[in-house]
Amino acid sequence: MTKPNLTVKDLHVSIEEKEILKGFGIEVNGGEIHAIMGPNGTGKSTLASALMGHPKFEVTEGQATIGGEDLFDMDVDERARAGLFLAMQYPSEISGVTNADFIRSAMNAGREEGDEVSLMKFIRQMDDKMNTLEIDESFQHRYLNEGFSGGEKKRNEILQLLMLKPEIAILDEIDSGLDIDALKVVSKGINEMRGDDFGCIIITHYQRLLNYIQPDFVHVMMQGRIVKSGGPELAKKLEEKGYDWIKEELGIEDEKVGQE
Amino acid sequence: MTTEITFPVNQQEVTNFSKDRQEPQWFTDLRLSSLENAFSLELPKAEKTRINKWNFTSFDFDAKTSGSGNFSDLSDSVKSLVGEEKNIQNLIAQKNGVTTFQALHEDLKNKGVIFTDLTTALSNHEELVKKYFMQDAISANENRLTSLHAALVNGGTFLYVPKNVEVEVPLQAVYSHEGTFGLFNHVVIVAEENSSVTYVENYLSEGSHSEAVANIVAEVYVGDGATVRYGAVDNLSDTVTTYVNRRGQVTGRDAKLYWALGQMNDGNTVSENTTYLVGEGSYGDTKTVSIGRGNQSQNFTTNIIHFGKHSDGQILKHGVMKDSATSIFNGVSKIEHGATKANGEQTERVLMLSEKARGDANPILLIDEDDVTAGHAASVGKIDPLQMFYLMSRGLTKKEAERLIIHGFLAPVVNALPIESVKEQLYDVIERKVY
Repeated sequence: MTKPNLTVKDLHVSIEEKEILKGFGIEVNGGEIHAIMGPNGTGKSTLASALMGHPKFEVTEGQATIGGEDLFDMDVDERARAGLFLAMQYPSEISGVTNADFIRSAMNAGREEGDEVSLMKFIRQMDDKMNTLEIDESFQHRYLNEGFSGGEKKRNEILQLLMLKPEIAILDEIDSGLDIDALKVVSKGINEMRGDDFGCIIITHYQRLLNYIQPDFVHVMMQGRIVKSGGPELAKKLEEKGYDWIKEELGIEDEKVGQE
Repeated sequence: MTTEITFPVNQQEVTNFSKDRQEPQWFTDLRLSSLENAFSLELPKAEKTRINKWNFTSFDFDAKTSGSGNFSDLSDSVKSLVGEEKNIQNLIAQKNGVTTFQALHEDLKNKGVIFTDLTTALSNHEELVKKYFMQDAISANENRLTSLHAALVNGGTFLYVPKNVEVEVPLQAVYSHEGTFGLFNHVVIVAEENSSVTYVENYLSEGSHSEAVANIVAEVYVGDGATVRYGAVDNLSDTVTTYVNRRGQVTGRDAKLYWALGQMNDGNTVSENTTYLVGEGSYGDTKTVSIGRGNQSQNFTTNIIHFGKHSDGQILKHGVMKDSATSIFNGVSKIEHGATKANGEQTERVLMLSEKARGDANPILLIDEDDVTAGHAASVGKIDPLQMFYLMSRGLTKKEAERLIIHGFLAPVVNALPIESVKEQLYDVIERKVY
């Protein structure tokens, strides 16, 4: 099996004709964890949504490939089946559909008829992963995200990640609204995925999460593109000194791109 | 009664029909007076739906069927609803009003539970039937269709649960319809003080589809501290015009009545479902789901009328609309003067799958008392694109994502049906109608 790869080049994305991403590029390979950091309003979540194919965002320029295939040529579900996963900041609530039914349908979505995951195997895996994430048994019989607390929704996103085992995952502010215990649990889940057949982009405001998930690369986003990259030490420096020194260094006055 | 008849059916025919069944005189008299009234009464008002050109009166009155009473003679579609013969304990199956199979567990019989076809009930429990049949919950003289119903009733069930008897297993009824027959089905359920019972019925069409009429009335009486759960799946074919009126008289203190109605007819349908919360602290809960498709026109009105103090009424109506179908969803919570501390809540949601379909949700609160709480929510719209994005981002195809959302949307009734085979059947009907 070839190593997972996500390559994004010179990406421009607009929402309602306002350009949010202005020439964003990144390459993520299996075995790598990239952290994308930056102040509010610099286009981080837009990046996540646009790569997954959110209907509100329009890609106006640039390329993206997953495993060498053109990402923007695919519908949302095809992107997922090609190995892309987005843990969303605000996942939808869907009444009447149980978590278990949904996750099982999703696991079978990429499979041929007759090759579906057996019920026994599914139950075993669910039990195992829910155990890892310290999720109560009743969780799987509740309706998808309906009435879930913020923390429960985040855990549910990570549960899906562990069950679906994508090649490339984008985690969009998976740490926001989590207390320290929940953060540890969620990190444990993500660390379980680490390995050559998994690449990950973690989008976050805070260095806090990176204490538990050691990134290989850290990127800082401003004005809709990456303005600085480095190793884990960059995150530490940001934690200590904030973002102003980067703005000074690069002569940026307003890091935002107009949204939020 | 063998020839094709168009309304008005003549008096002699009705008299003969009643005699053939050896009905008591008062019942024959009710038939005859109702037949006469039907001439002068108006059609029921179906708010925002024009029904005056619908066929309610042209049908065949010959059932063309007979009941052997043998399980093996039941059709496959009925069998799939009731499960295996060895597991059947409590069931009434009728085809064109004729009872084809009947069972009631010995224990329940010994406790005094009556669960039998209406004709048998009229001969064995005449006084009980007389006490309830079209007395309080509904009157024969309300409109032309109720009077026609009283005149021509030709099928149905009588269920009586005595004081303090809790029936733990659901009682099932399957009413199948075939050909040009006019089905006038009547269900009476009486739950005495502190009793409880669950009843689930299916209406279905068999054989080739022909122009026909179904005129259905159900009455439920719930006594002090009693609980009735009433589940139904209506699944008559596109050529059957249906009038169905299900009424609940929740007269008892702290009495409870739960409706779960899967309204899946393919033909034009007027449905009224009214719950009278008379008892203090009484509770009424109505859940209905429906799918409109093809060119059918449907009108679904749910009323909960509060008289009792501290009464609580809940309405949930979900409808899916496709093709060129039209449906009107009226929800009415009416709180009468004196019903202090009453609470009425309702939700109507309509999911539009086609540009050409029409769906109206009309939540109405009519409140004549100050000291109450009430609320409503209504929406008509397409499937939420963000829900689609979320599901598809996990690899589900557009079709599969839509399927999950629609099944989820209709789940409140599917989940409330207590018989697994009926639940599965409703799931399959939804699947078939949506795709």
